[in-house]
Amino acid sequence: MLNDELHLSYQILGDDFTRAGEASSDVKHKLKMMGISPETVRRVAIAMYEGEINMVIHADGGTIDVIISPSEVKLILKDKGPGIADIELAMQEGYSTAPDNIRSLGFGAGMGLSNMKKYTDEMDIETELGVGTTVTMTIKI
Amino acid sequence: MDKFFTAVRLDEDLCKGCINCIKRCPTQAIRVRNGKAVITKKFCIDCGECIRICPHHAKLAVYDSLDVMNDYEYTVALPAPSLYGQFNNLEDINIVLTALKRLGFDDVYEVSGAAELASELSRKYVKDHPEKWPLISTACPSVVRLIRARFPNLIEHLLPIKAPVDIAAAIARKRAMKATGLPSEKIGIIFISPCAAKVSAVKTPLGYEKSDVDAVVAIKDVYPRLLNFMKDIEENQEIEDLTISGKIGISWGGSGGEAGGLLTDSYLAADGIENVIRVLEDLEDQKIPALEFIELNACNGGCVGGVLTVENPFVAKVKLKRLRKYQPVARNHIKKEEIQDPFWTGGVQYEPVFNLGSDIKESIEMMAKVEELCDKFPGLDCGSCGAPTCKALAEDVVRGVASEKDCIHILRQYIHKISDEISTLDSHHTVMPEERNKD
Repeated sequence: MLNDELHLSYQILGDDFTRAGEASSDVKHKLKMMGISPETVRRVAIAMYEGEINMVIHADGGTIDVIISPSEVKLILKDKGPGIADIELAMQEGYSTAPDNIRSLGFGAGMGLSNMKKYTDEMDIETELGVGTTVTMTIKI
Repeated sequence: MDKFFTAVRLDEDLCKGCINCIKRCPTQAIRVRNGKAVITKKFCIDCGECIRICPHHAKLAVYDSLDVMNDYEYTVALPAPSLYGQFNNLEDINIVLTALKRLGFDDVYEVSGAAELASELSRKYVKDHPEKWPLISTACPSVVRLIRARFPNLIEHLLPIKAPVDIAAAIARKRAMKATGLPSEKIGIIFISPCAAKVSAVKTPLGYEKSDVDAVVAIKDVYPRLLNFMKDIEENQEIEDLTISGKIGISWGGSGGEAGGLLTDSYLAADGIENVIRVLEDLEDQKIPALEFIELNACNGGCVGGVLTVENPFVAKVKLKRLRKYQPVARNHIKKEEIQDPFWTGGVQYEPVFNLGSDIKESIEMMAKVEELCDKFPGLDCGSCGAPTCKALAEDVVRGVASEKDCIHILRQYIHKISDEISTLDSHHTVMPEERNKD
């Protein structure tokens, strides 16, 4: 591990809405303590929370790796979920494949991926149907 | 005045160095060092949780004694609406107000009266500033101090209107000067407060330069003395008609009262410091649906739950409800000539007191060490080291204010290691019986 990088790793559980958001909340606390600007902290927290919720709803959980360096925060979200059939469609605001029971909890508004894109400087999605999805997001500091 | 002034003190003689306060403190501002609790002032938000929890009554709030009345030629009492919730079978607020005059105050001006003006101003401000929705109430000083240190992204949502007590103080001072012809410094504006946070808020206000309140006395000090007068006043029917409160003003004494005065359904009201933190975290992460207003009170039940009150907050709330039943909705309305500068004159600055390092690079290194130490510590959060959690100890070690061996589990491992080493050392120097037999 390089001295000027901090690696954090989180296991996300699928379908656990009580714990959903714990990982992004922890990262938010740590970033604040590290003197990273409030605006950057906000962007990371929202992007990561959206990604975390996606993993809880759609992918039966997964892992999130966070790499913090003086110049950027990188979020790598890996899951073994169903994969995304049409990324372009999934990116559209308001498009969601979340079932009704999830929507009734206030999730599944179809803003997840578009918010993740909106709040990050770079976002890359690798996905394969039936195998899983890896989303890599970068927020410059 | 120190911008991190706090109204909480420790009585060292009473402190036993137990872990109750360090565990309860919502900002992890307390450590036990050398057997006594130590408060880091810049982390403290004056919520009063440590005062409530301390079984040895070693945590105290600083406030003025009633003798402060003697420092002024003319005094005006500003009773908080929560005061009215302290008495059993109170039928008429005027009895309390008349008793305050008997106690020695020259006049009274109810904070609930000014609260109705604050409600009217807030109503307009909230309506005119949809870009700042949800506006967050700023009447509870602990909440504002918490946001200042932990929620920089929410500062822009703070409602920039002075707390009712400060609006009341300005009006009371102006009236007193007019009525007596005395200069300002000879008039004492004295708040009868449910909480210690107001002491700090008066000495170091956030959002404006100076408070018009001269002294803060505790409801619990005034309460027993009022009781005697109240009985007498009621028996002899010597009740003066002094009250100016309507329903809205009295309701400010409990959680949900301030929001109720806005006459909108688009609000949330949370009370109790842990709940307040949860709401702020969720608000920061944009997990809360669109609302116009968020009312937050650090104490359970709102101001009636303040550490300087005597009655159970939920009972006090019921009493307030009964008292306001036959009152008009509001009796105070804004008149331009009377209310001066009710808005904040400055902003609130983010105080990143919890920062680890002096820059990001240093902080990353320090946070990596914190993580490393957290893996090493047992994760019991036993508090024996004097820090509330293993993580807090790790941060202290990295900040250089504690040692790894403050952890008794690490210390035990260390002692085992040393004793093992000593015994190996020992075996080299003594001749074992078996070896002797060989000879």
